[in-house]
Amino acid sequence: MAKVTRKWEMFPGRNRFCCDGRLMMAPHAAVFYINVILIIGTSVLFFVFDCPYLSRRVTPVIPVISGVLFLFVIGSLFKTSFTDPGIIPRATDDEAAYIEKQVYISIPNNGGTPTIRPPPRTKEVVIKGNSIKLKYCVTCKIFRPPRASHCSLCNNCVENFDHHCPWVGNCVGRRNYRFFYMFIVCLSLLIIIVFIGAVLHLFYLSENRLMVDAISESPTSVIVVIITFFSCWSVIGLAGFHTFLAASNQTTNEDIKGSFASRTGRPNSNPYSRGNICANYCYVLCSPRPPSLLDRRGVVLSLTESKSTNKNQSRDTVISNKGFEVSDASVNQNGKTDTDEIQLHQYGSSSMLQPDSLDRNQHTFTTSMPSIHHSQNNHVHQSHIINGLYQKPPTSHSSILITSHNHYPTDYFLVPTNPNYFYASLPLRRDRASMYYSAVSRVPSYRCRNNQKLYYRHCREHGGGTSSTRMHLSNSIINNTS
Amino acid sequence: MSPPTIRSSQGNAASQTQGPQYAKVFVQRDYSDGTTVKFMTSFPQGLENKIERTVFEYTINQLNTYFAEAEKASCKTYCEGCFACFTVYTMFLCADTHYEKCLRKVGKFIVEQNEMVYLPRGLLLTNPAERGLRIIEITMLDQPIVART
Repeated sequence: MAKVTRKWEMFPGRNRFCCDGRLMMAPHAAVFYINVILIIGTSVLFFVFDCPYLSRRVTPVIPVISGVLFLFVIGSLFKTSFTDPGIIPRATDDEAAYIEKQVYISIPNNGGTPTIRPPPRTKEVVIKGNSIKLKYCVTCKIFRPPRASHCSLCNNCVENFDHHCPWVGNCVGRRNYRFFYMFIVCLSLLIIIVFIGAVLHLFYLSENRLMVDAISESPTSVIVVIITFFSCWSVIGLAGFHTFLAASNQTTNEDIKGSFASRTGRPNSNPYSRGNICANYCYVLCSPRPPSLLDRRGVVLSLTESKSTNKNQSRDTVISNKGFEVSDASVNQNGKTDTDEIQLHQYGSSSMLQPDSLDRNQHTFTTSMPSIHHSQNNHVHQSHIINGLYQKPPTSHSSILITSHNHYPTDYFLVPTNPNYFYASLPLRRDRASMYYSAVSRVPSYRCRNNQKLYYRHCREHGGGTSSTRMHLSNSIINNTS
Repeated sequence: MSPPTIRSSQGNAASQTQGPQYAKVFVQRDYSDGTTVKFMTSFPQGLENKIERTVFEYTINQLNTYFAEAEKASCKTYCEGCFACFTVYTMFLCADTHYEKCLRKVGKFIVEQNEMVYLPRGLLLTNPAERGLRIIEITMLDQPIVART
């Protein structure tokens, strides 16, 4: 029985998943564990050593209320930590290419010379009369919706991004803000009650005695008093701050950036505000909560299918074949004018986009890369003479193969050896080839699977996209082709 | 011949086992009323001569109505939110949220529209929930990208 692959295993962000994708949280949750230990530890000390005395001597109300609050705190803490904060799924490669096309079409073409520099990637939308810039997210390949932001720790765009909270070990966003708010409000109440209880305990013990005797009789109360005393300021302050934010329908992110600061002159320039404080407060905490958009438990089919179908074939042969099919198609339209080529060229820089779906293929591709040499020989019979002008001996990634077509000696084909970088091989003139190269060499990162986790890294050969790299690439093409 | 055809998802060799790639049209979100889910009702150029304007607009408007209902902060949703809060959110273990119910309605509507309107015209609507509520993807089943000329 083959193991079912679920979508959370293919998730491109850095989040960690538990219980087969039912729960998710941010990476590096050490602070979260400290937080949990601190809360549970302090409460247990209080319940075990202070509460029996307090219920006997003062009132049983204090233990009951603190017990209920403790349950609320723990419940809302876990709910905050293990809920999807509202992650926006990354664009499919079709959608990414479509967005890229829209962006590139919008740039003016300066007298036929294609612009290599990508245009500024922002889009303006008007929200209730306020114009707001949407930024393009290079990682997620989308224009971030208003109020969304990219969390660099989790590597996801999060809807209504508030902040990344290491204490709860998760981002705080649209889907878990209410849990987070409930957590800090309940926690501040709990801290106040525990503090008062512990102080009362010490106070009653020290009646008619020295304080030192009281402390030696109940040392845990001192510990509880110290912990709660120092933590209460930050927690109560945070609760107050978030109450203010909720009442004005802002996020921490917007508040820090000063997005709606009154410097614009108008008293209320927050377009998301619903009018009055109560309406905002209720809306933030009780509005309908959208379900998670990630479908973490969905079953992935394509991986297993592709594995079984391509089991007997060498991976690079498949890729090369596809490359040539597309070259043939392009050759058919070879009588096209230069403008078309420019368009192709411009569009070609969409190859900078790396589709999400490729992540899972990366493994196969990289392992098969070194055998590119053999695949050339296989293809000689296809009436393609491959000069095999390499940039360098094929390495595990980003090796680019230049081939020239038999019938069209002036045209050069860039054949993808690493499909993460190219979607198609393009017929290119010699000068275009070098320009194309310089555009392609700007691809900043690649992905690899390392302990089943995906990391972004700079490509050592082509990384940075500095001018020296470009020079190096263009020179080597000219040397090779002339 | 438009530039997007060059994309052809070449590198996407593994997912091509699912079938050929088709040309697609994307309906974008309309943010003019804030962050609530709403889609542009302007008719995309790619659908010219494929579907009637009114039919397309009916679909999008209907979807917008469903999403507006899902996002509407009514008394009922406030009660739901407060009650969930008092049960420490354990209520949602056994009951669907208002939003989930509305999304199910959207899913049903999309299936229905596909069967009645879009598939006969060679189009396929994709549920926006599968694309993160960012876009409505309309696949043109009669335009495989590989078979371009």
